[in-house]
Amino acid sequence: MGSNMAEAHPVAFANVVKAKERGAKVIHVDPHYSRTSALANLHIPIRAGSDIVFLGAIIRYLLENNAYFHDYVLHYTNAATLIREDYRDSEDLDGLFSGFDPETGVYSDQSSWDYQRDANGQPLTDPSMQHPRCVLQILRRHFARYTPEMVEHVCGVPHEQWAQVMDTLIENSGRERTTALCYAVGWTQQSKGVQIIRAGTIVQLLLGNIGRPGGGIMALRGHASIQGSTDVPTLYDLLSGYMPQPSAQLPQQTLAQYIATAGQKTGWWSHLPVYIRSLLKAWYGKAADEQDGNCSYRWLPKITGDHSHLVTSYAMLDGKVRGYFLFGQNPAAGSSSARMQRKALEQLDWLVVRDLYEVESAAFWYKGPHGDAVDPSKIKTEVFLLPAAASTEKEGSFTNTQRVIQWRDKAVDPPADARSDLWFVYHLGKRLKELYATSRKRQDQALLALTWDYQREEPETNSYILDEPDALLVLKEINGYYVHPSAHTIGRRPTYTLRDAPHIAGFAALKADGSTACGSWIYSGVYPEPGNNRAASRIAAGYPPLQWGYAWPANRRILYNRASADPQGRPWSDRKKYIWWDEQQKQWTGYDVPDFPLSKAPDYIPPPGATGMDAISGNSPFIMQPDGKGWLFAPKGLKDGPLPTHYEAVESPVHNAMYHQQSNPTAKYFKDRPDNRLVTVADANYPIVITTYRLTEHHVSGAMTRWLPWLNALQPTLFAELSPELATERKIKHGDWIVISTPRGEIEARAMVTRRVRPLRINEHVVHQIGLPFHWGFQGKATGSITNDLAHTVLEPNVSIQEAKAFMCNVRSGRLA
Amino acid sequence: MIVETSQRTTSPELVQNIVSPLLKQPVPPMQPAMGFFTDTSICIGCKACEVACKQWNELPANEAHWSGTSYDNTRQLSATTWRHVQFIEQIGRERPQISTLPFFNNDRWLMHSDVCKHCANAPCQEACPTGAIIRTEFDTVYVQQDICNGCGYCVVACPFGVIARDEHASHTARKCTLCYDRMKDGIEPACAKACPTDSIQYGEVEQLKALARERVGLLHERGVSEARLYGVDDNMLDGGLNSFFLLLDEPAVYNLPQNPSRPSNNVVPASLWSIVTALVLSLLGIFFFSNNK
Repeated sequence: MGSNMAEAHPVAFANVVKAKERGAKVIHVDPHYSRTSALANLHIPIRAGSDIVFLGAIIRYLLENNAYFHDYVLHYTNAATLIREDYRDSEDLDGLFSGFDPETGVYSDQSSWDYQRDANGQPLTDPSMQHPRCVLQILRRHFARYTPEMVEHVCGVPHEQWAQVMDTLIENSGRERTTALCYAVGWTQQSKGVQIIRAGTIVQLLLGNIGRPGGGIMALRGHASIQGSTDVPTLYDLLSGYMPQPSAQLPQQTLAQYIATAGQKTGWWSHLPVYIRSLLKAWYGKAADEQDGNCSYRWLPKITGDHSHLVTSYAMLDGKVRGYFLFGQNPAAGSSSARMQRKALEQLDWLVVRDLYEVESAAFWYKGPHGDAVDPSKIKTEVFLLPAAASTEKEGSFTNTQRVIQWRDKAVDPPADARSDLWFVYHLGKRLKELYATSRKRQDQALLALTWDYQREEPETNSYILDEPDALLVLKEINGYYVHPSAHTIGRRPTYTLRDAPHIAGFAALKADGSTACGSWIYSGVYPEPGNNRAASRIAAGYPPLQWGYAWPANRRILYNRASADPQGRPWSDRKKYIWWDEQQKQWTGYDVPDFPLSKAPDYIPPPGATGMDAISGNSPFIMQPDGKGWLFAPKGLKDGPLPTHYEAVESPVHNAMYHQQSNPTAKYFKDRPDNRLVTVADANYPIVITTYRLTEHHVSGAMTRWLPWLNALQPTLFAELSPELATERKIKHGDWIVISTPRGEIEARAMVTRRVRPLRINEHVVHQIGLPFHWGFQGKATGSITNDLAHTVLEPNVSIQEAKAFMCNVRSGRLA
Repeated sequence: MIVETSQRTTSPELVQNIVSPLLKQPVPPMQPAMGFFTDTSICIGCKACEVACKQWNELPANEAHWSGTSYDNTRQLSATTWRHVQFIEQIGRERPQISTLPFFNNDRWLMHSDVCKHCANAPCQEACPTGAIIRTEFDTVYVQQDICNGCGYCVVACPFGVIARDEHASHTARKCTLCYDRMKDGIEPACAKACPTDSIQYGEVEQLKALARERVGLLHERGVSEARLYGVDDNMLDGGLNSFFLLLDEPAVYNLPQNPSRPSNNVVPASLWSIVTALVLSLLGIFFFSNNK
């Protein structure tokens, strides 16, 4: 669901085809019939934006018919845990949960979502799962109205089709079988994307499909190594290894405060002090030697609000951002509200674009789509376009959706002045350090203290680039190394540097005392000793193939794999045997690296008041959670509620059939922005649902692909896919030029009239959907309208992503003037 | 065209270059017949085969033209396009209701990577007056570019419309070589190498044919009754095709002839008819002239 895997991930999809050949059943639920649907056993067209009703009905069915995996649900999820008496569900409050502040539009008080706890803070449970406040009963009431009839009314999916999915899921889950769920930006790029994924999680937990071979939820990433870019993050709100970026809005002024607010007393995150100290040590070296770690902690930038991409774009539009670096990103065509993005770029003093070609974001100052008047004399932005090395022209690593880090060698030197991003960042850092070398200002000391020595011992052989930094040294820092032989020698010799330090073998060896440094704890172990870069290993043999690359953490191929055994530690079935408790050896063993303390017996019960991993019982596989349980109900951590609930897309053809609350109340709407006018519900001027997607032939905004004539010949220009019914209604002929309009803008495209897109019956009305790829722009050898000019900027509350997969438009025959 | 010569040719090399074409080269030893099995039931229409072919064989891009024919903007095989992925939309077909999930959903989007069939008895080769079209040691059909004179007889002889004359550059007939240069080094053709799902399989023809028969049997077992093989049987063009297909519908749906005809089969009847016509005309002539006396 929410993924066009065959087109956006053709190589990964080859494995789906293989699985299908071996008997797996492939179901594709998606608004338009794509190349993925063509290979599926079943394709179900669904109205864009209605996923939670579809999934909610599955959850309801499992609960009402006791079709869930009882033992798994009872022991491994928080189904039996009691929620506080003052919690109010969205069913009680017409689409809102308790704690909502209508003034600010946020859940300012989330305390009522929490567990009922005993004197020691341990959650209270009812193993019979009958208590009215237990999660299972709350879930039952919450999803009671998500019926198959509602699926018909809201999603436009006939009852029989939905039932076919239901039957297939139940048949293929349980002790003997498992089901995997794949999603991509078709889910995430919605104003309630995180909650759609939560709904998928609940389905998979109820069916017992997490932590077991062939199960799981696979997030198909939008680009190569997007997984890597959240592990060693480029995100504003994360430090390495999913530690939160310190915030000025929280009591996090000292390291101790940070640990108290960001860490957890129980579960794996009780190790946060170890990881944050090791990170500070990796970044600030000797300067991070102080006892409490506070000096170097102070240097970490504190976020002061939402600094995500689109929020930053608006700040830019308001003149609050002076300079901007774009590394392989093309917001002028590839980001939501692309017209606004181009206007925002005009407000910059300077812009550095590192890309293979002169992409739209580097050319916006003299050129635009459809003869948009662009007057260079009125634009002050100084644009520096710096040629970047392509993936084959540099060394480094990719991390894929399965968390497998794969090292990639350099094949050829980049042409002329093109350089790797590593080269650019390293030398920029070096020059900045030189520039500030004599500064005594407090704000400059962080930069000066930064460890920044990645120079090669000797230049690469047969390369004309003599100052390329050593990517393996970067990997070593990420892996972690010993700074001192032990805690007792801190402040005394010997002190190791990145170059001569012994490698850390894995994150278990990291210490909170400043004797170890580690750039991203979850990657620790990828480079355990000199000459052994496990990411470069390519041995395909074995089940699972443990020597193909390196899967973080600890080379574990399936997370939470303790759940592949029953509460007593025996495999659920011989067929799905994976990790089990060896009674003789008194330890966990199996095909994979166990994701559990090796010697913790299945019958271990934590003593009252236990902390850290000691507080996790022997039958609690989800060790990253403070209670060790899979969260059907999320007692904390989400900004828009503890349970997924159906809201319409921000722009929708219909009123919300479930609640008066029309759309996600906590989304960021930017309603005061003149460039972000939104379509009101059932507006006759914009009656057509539009969704966007990718084609195999191009990559995202086409920044790399629209310069290749071979690829351009395969997909030369923008087209819109629409149904014959809509075409007849609008007097559009196949192949005609059509204009697609939203309040944000108009674009033109060729009409691809196809039965692969079909109108849906929603509440006795016909709702038309159209679909557009978004690969074109005004640069490159194949050009076309920018689909993202149509999209609005309303952001999902948890991750600030745009809603590009479901919004409203109109179409007419003709071309733009 | 400007040819840059970076090095001067030394005189012994020059002599060798002049003499070598005159010497008879040893014939390469025969190898097992090699070919393609293109299984359209697992094609995902990614067109990687098209691009890999163009890249390896250094073929120019087609003119970028949106055809509107589903996702097929390549439209046909040509002198510079040796793989072509077809897209056939069959949406809203009637199908009997079955209780279990079918192997394919009712709505189909057929995708098929077309290529030279490397016929066991190739009409193009029969039509070639210069001997430019030969069978290689791998029993594939190969056009020797330095011998072809561009007459175009092969173009009309091919019943599949595969071979074509390059009107822009070489003016010779060109088509898929089954990556002869790669085969000589024991590596599979570029398209097969690039295919993510192994819809294009390369190997010894006999083994591939066995595989294809097994595959179509399996699909029939799974209820895909429309699955059929194309070009596996020897009766097609007197010997079958060395590059054959598994299709999910009638060949005509894929623009393939049901019974491809061999132009040379027309030679004897056409000649006889010519002789008969000549005889009749002669007799008539004799008859008229004798009457006018």
